[in-house]
Amino acid sequence: MSIDQSTAAKVAKLARIKVEDDALPALASEFNTILGFIEQLNEVDVDGVEPMVSVTPMRLKRRQDQVTDGNQQDKVLSNAPDAREGFFAVPKVVE
Amino acid sequence: MSELNKLGLAEARDALRKGDVTSVELTESCLKAIEDADALNAFVHKTPEIALERAKAADARIKTGDAPSMCGLPIGIKDLFCTKGVPSQAASRILDGFKPEYESTVSQQLADAGAVMLGKLNMDEFAMGSSNETSVYGNAVSPWRRGNDDAQLTPGGSSGGSASAVSADLCLAATGTDTGGSIRQPAAFVGITGIKPTYGRCSRWGIVAFASSLDQAGPMTKNVRDAAIMLETMCGHDPKDSTSAELAVPNFEAMLTGDIKGKKIGIPKEYRMDGMPAEIEKLWSDGAEMLKAAGAEIVDISLPHTKYALPAYYVIAPAEASSNLARYDGVRYGRRAHLAQGDGITEMYEKTRAEGFGPEVQRRVMIGTYVLSAGFYDAYYNRARKVRTLIKKDFEDVFAAGVDAILTPATPSASFGLGEMTEADPVQMYLNDVFTVTVNLAGLPGISVPAGLDAQGLPLGLQLIGRPWGEGDLLNTAYALENAAGFVAKPGKWW
Repeated sequence: MSIDQSTAAKVAKLARIKVEDDALPALASEFNTILGFIEQLNEVDVDGVEPMVSVTPMRLKRRQDQVTDGNQQDKVLSNAPDAREGFFAVPKVVE
Repeated sequence: MSELNKLGLAEARDALRKGDVTSVELTESCLKAIEDADALNAFVHKTPEIALERAKAADARIKTGDAPSMCGLPIGIKDLFCTKGVPSQAASRILDGFKPEYESTVSQQLADAGAVMLGKLNMDEFAMGSSNETSVYGNAVSPWRRGNDDAQLTPGGSSGGSASAVSADLCLAATGTDTGGSIRQPAAFVGITGIKPTYGRCSRWGIVAFASSLDQAGPMTKNVRDAAIMLETMCGHDPKDSTSAELAVPNFEAMLTGDIKGKKIGIPKEYRMDGMPAEIEKLWSDGAEMLKAAGAEIVDISLPHTKYALPAYYVIAPAEASSNLARYDGVRYGRRAHLAQGDGITEMYEKTRAEGFGPEVQRRVMIGTYVLSAGFYDAYYNRARKVRTLIKKDFEDVFAAGVDAILTPATPSASFGLGEMTEADPVQMYLNDVFTVTVNLAGLPGISVPAGLDAQGLPLGLQLIGRPWGEGDLLNTAYALENAAGFVAKPGKWW
């Protein structure tokens, strides 16, 4: 499978990473190198094999669905690039 | 006592208990060594005030006669661990200025045991790399050189700062993390010991996530005994990590008898790669001879899916990374790009991530996005997870046949020069992890032990792979190998 420039642009869009148009050919070429390497996996017979979900045969722990902490608004906001009046601030989302 | 920074953990612990030295003296010696070693670019955030405060507290605790092994011992912490109030940015621009309000479980356990944090250590950005060349802080540099050649060499990656710092005696030991070989490969490159425990041994809570099903923390130390001591402090069940194992942590140090009589050591034929340097081949067979001389039985084994481990890894790890790194959006923490007039929230995400992530991280996030996207999920991601099942089964089969540990080279080459791989395609760099990545995919413990020098005077390491939860036994086999190999070389100081 070969990735062209428009696919590379689509992937960049899905990943929310801005890639300038002039960088797309090199990006597509790198993708193709890596995917070419990955395609060795097609040689493996995986019929009837279960995809791994957990590397250790253990069930994930469960806990009561209850509040365990809270009241940390200052701490939660302390690293925000833009926090105002107790909220994270972002560019206008709704017109 | 002079040059206290050159001590290992066990030696320093014993000296502290005898009252021969104080933690403050040990700490000051390391802080001085760090100040003199900016050329290595290993410590990227120094915390001398915290270090001296903890050292004083440790000295008081040691006087009471009731201090754990790690009490008063100065160590470095990889930048991937969140440390309260201290910059923790995974060597990424996107976390510029981030000071966590909390402490990772592993670094908290070390602090609770009285260990002294000297500062944060350089690494590849988000632990993605094998040469510490993707860091926003610039390259970490190995203290080793090829003979009299002054070309700068890589300390390996991603835990390159940890490797450089321990090898150059800037600290007594350091934390690392290992997703595909990021503890074991750098340890091998600089002639130190590094162990990745079984998946679930160390809590991942508070460690910046790369690929959650593969990431594990572990110690990087000057010898096997030190690894046993530090690993015990780092391990243990943590309710805040749902994949953390609810298993008792043994006294690993007490298991170091050096007696491996009757142990069955497997030599996997698939690890004999085409084009493998003769020196590595010889190191490997010498290692097998040493274990045999110590009373182990050497058996040839087969791990038939080895060849597919790296390709499977380069689907699974980027897939998980693309999901984990979706959180870096310029809203809650870190750095937001400067926006133009009229830019909306999508432009904010796209510009922030384009400016904040380096090229290798962008590449892996996008590969992960692609293999998880509609239409390709089955062909790539599910297939890779099936191959992972087969890779794990390879190991289960040999352990079921009675093999206690597996001996392999740690890396396909010695350390290489910084910048030497710049022109290579990304896959060439990925091959560094060819011997280590299987262990992460199978969730097993693996340890790298320095075992010799190549013709240019650079360290080479051997890897031992153990049974799940068998770190104690694995450390003991590594201890026997260490005793037999007698590796004592140190880099000459040029920095």
